[in-house]
Amino acid sequence: MPDLATAGTPQLLVELRGVGKSFGGTPVLRDIDLTLAPGSVHALVGENGAGKSTLSKIISGVYTADTGQLLVDGNPAHFSSPREALDRGIATIAQELALVPELTVAENVFLGHEPRTAGWIDRKKLRAEFVAVAERTGFDLDPDAVVGGMRTADQQKVEILRALARGASLIIMDEPTAALSNHDAELLHGVVRQLANSGHTVLLISHFLAEVLELADTVTILRDGRHIRTSKAADETESSLIEGMLGRSLGSVFPDKPTVDPDAPEVLRVTDLVAPGVNGVSLSVRAGEIVGLAGLVGAGRSEIAHAIYGSVPRASGVVEIDGIACPADIPRTLKKGIFLIGESRKEQGLVLGRPIRDNVTLSNMAQVAPGGWVRTGDERRASRGLLERVTVAGDDRRAVSALSGGNQQKVLFGRALQKARRLLIADEPTRGVDVGSRRAIYELIAQQAEQGIGVLVISSDVEEVLGLAHRVLVVRGGRVVAELTGDAMTEENIITAAFADPTPVGS
Amino acid sequence: MSIDTPEKTAAAAPPPASRGGSFGDNADAVQRFLKNIPWRSVAIVVPFLLVFIALSIGSPAFLSAQNIGNVLDRQAGILIIAAAATLVLIAGGIDLSVGATYMFTAVVCGTIIVRVGGETGAALGIAVGILAGLAIGLINGIISTYLRINPLIATLAMSFIILGATKLVSQFGKEGVGQIRVDVPEFRWLALLRPLGVSLPTWIAAVVLIVLGVVLWRTTFGRYVYAAGGNAEAARLAGIRINVVRIATFALAGTAAGLAGVIDLARTPSVPENDAIATTLTFTVLAGIVVGGTSILGGAGAVWRTVLGILFIAMLYNGFTLLRIDPLFQGIALGVIILVAVGFDAWSRTRSR
Repeated sequence: MPDLATAGTPQLLVELRGVGKSFGGTPVLRDIDLTLAPGSVHALVGENGAGKSTLSKIISGVYTADTGQLLVDGNPAHFSSPREALDRGIATIAQELALVPELTVAENVFLGHEPRTAGWIDRKKLRAEFVAVAERTGFDLDPDAVVGGMRTADQQKVEILRALARGASLIIMDEPTAALSNHDAELLHGVVRQLANSGHTVLLISHFLAEVLELADTVTILRDGRHIRTSKAADETESSLIEGMLGRSLGSVFPDKPTVDPDAPEVLRVTDLVAPGVNGVSLSVRAGEIVGLAGLVGAGRSEIAHAIYGSVPRASGVVEIDGIACPADIPRTLKKGIFLIGESRKEQGLVLGRPIRDNVTLSNMAQVAPGGWVRTGDERRASRGLLERVTVAGDDRRAVSALSGGNQQKVLFGRALQKARRLLIADEPTRGVDVGSRRAIYELIAQQAEQGIGVLVISSDVEEVLGLAHRVLVVRGGRVVAELTGDAMTEENIITAAFADPTPVGS
Repeated sequence: MSIDTPEKTAAAAPPPASRGGSFGDNADAVQRFLKNIPWRSVAIVVPFLLVFIALSIGSPAFLSAQNIGNVLDRQAGILIIAAAATLVLIAGGIDLSVGATYMFTAVVCGTIIVRVGGETGAALGIAVGILAGLAIGLINGIISTYLRINPLIATLAMSFIILGATKLVSQFGKEGVGQIRVDVPEFRWLALLRPLGVSLPTWIAAVVLIVLGVVLWRTTFGRYVYAAGGNAEAARLAGIRINVVRIATFALAGTAAGLAGVIDLARTPSVPENDAIATTLTFTVLAGIVVGGTSILGGAGAVWRTVLGILFIAMLYNGFTLLRIDPLFQGIALGVIILVAVGFDAWSRTRSR
């Protein structure tokens, strides 16, 4: 094993032929053909949920493809674990680094593969091998520095060296610069170029389109699990990439937007809100208005929702409902008329082991249980009535876990409808929901607005935001960075604002 | 358990009037039937009935009114504790201090009766004993919620503290060496009265069990208990103050331990100072709850299950005695039964997914 460190870089040709993958019946990748040319930087771009991560995980052995083939140097490969992929020379540098902070650079690089003499680690040999690996990449790192004290970009170099020391020739980098400062990102770009120059293949997954265009030789666009096109990076521009990532819309899914009275009062007013992940947000929602919160995953959209709802403590700022300040305490925000349908219905919404009926009435028991005593008849009628409105059929005494994702989501909407609200916040209302239920959920949202309720819709699906909202706020880095209304509400404007580099690359 | 409308048609929104529609083909019906069997309930009811019938046949003494009455009388205290501890477990907590609390409240009650004496002493002893249990329960609840100490560790630590405190208090109740004895009629009526031929402790246990069972089944608080244990984050986001709910369950368990300590003191009527008794009681309570089918992970369970679980264990022990089987095997048999019960719980969880 230690000899790998000194061996020349093996060129590795990785190809995908008709690869498909489904999770729980939902296809996330369909019929992907892809060739990763040795010694090149190949970028993978697409919206959230386009299938980039799944694709990289199939190559690195985390998942196996349901259909199609993975070919390594022309031979079919069946990796059942990342370990097997690594043995064939495929390594992943994850966003979360996996280094031992207390150990030195050289020790981390050879962790688990230390050159040994009669069971003892041979420090001299360790150094010599480290120098050999480091020279091949041109990385300038002190082998005796303790990793814990190094900056993230250097730690990523250590991680890359570790992959190289184990003989990796295809290196998958998933959002490598997402956690880096501008300067460190620059440093990493240098690393990627050095890797390609020394004959390695880099598969780069990035949300930063400028970075992709600067670094990559080839770009592949994925959309809804489909391979849209693969072309030379030199032939693409940021806008051509964005266009490819978006594709065409399925506008008919969306109900007509209810008209908003121009004199409608503000239901919600948020002023200078600061909370974990929220860095000073001011926004307002009027009665009957649907406001979309767009942005990338992790941009702070859900955090804003939770800070408004009071489920996380607020550091500063004011949240007002109908002009009256609302403290960060869920039972009280509920009383004021805010209702949040969380991002993850299984973790934040439903008590899965309990009946549908209990789940519908959970947050407004007072209505069916005066004095704390549940009136079974009242509860049954309330639950049936609400489930009928949200079109969930069947016996509501069944466990809610027996329902499909779409119907589970509708149960949560039923809970929201149990009481007249002032503001409804729906975070990713159609995630993991089939098309039929999706339409029903959109209609519920539109109905709520029609009745004069302010709605805040959070979605990673740009089409969804555009199809539902009267006004779109784009969130990045815990701030509202753009407000789009009327003709300015286009997919391109949203994506541009959401993707805009925090600081321009290469300038 | 019937399913009116299959899931798939839900999107088409049929009116809910289509109740009791015809079943599809037979295989489908059989599968649906199997899926709808409440395995958790079968798991305790069937073995309970089997052992009950087997013992009735195997030992004529078992089914006598006197034997059954004795078993119930002796189990009254533990049933009360276990019923309340069931709520703790369903709400997502666990209470390892019920045994210690039980012993502590008995000592407090006994000491007051010895020191104050007369009817006042008895009344005061009963009240303070139960209140001491409530206080301990509240402390358990607060440290395992607001102070964020894992309830397993919090109540384990508390049980050591309580057992230490028990010895401190007993110094005041003892005349020199020996045990605290409270063989006074002003107090012992609590165990000796037999309205309608059934002992008062059995009556008290019956009332407590029914009240707790109904609270869990039919009140808002009961709903919150299930929600807090089934999905704490979802419950919190639904506006439930889960810490308050959990503290309330601990307070109930503490109070129940206090009541049981007082009742059993009246039955015995002396306080055995032996930490092993406290430990065994805690373990038996947990064993009964788990064997009954209440989930150790919270969110599922019922008081009636715990009643069957505790009585199942009691019946087993009683059977061993009646059939003159070496008591050595009691522990082994109980251990195996707990493993089977928990294994079954895990199995039914994966099945329902």
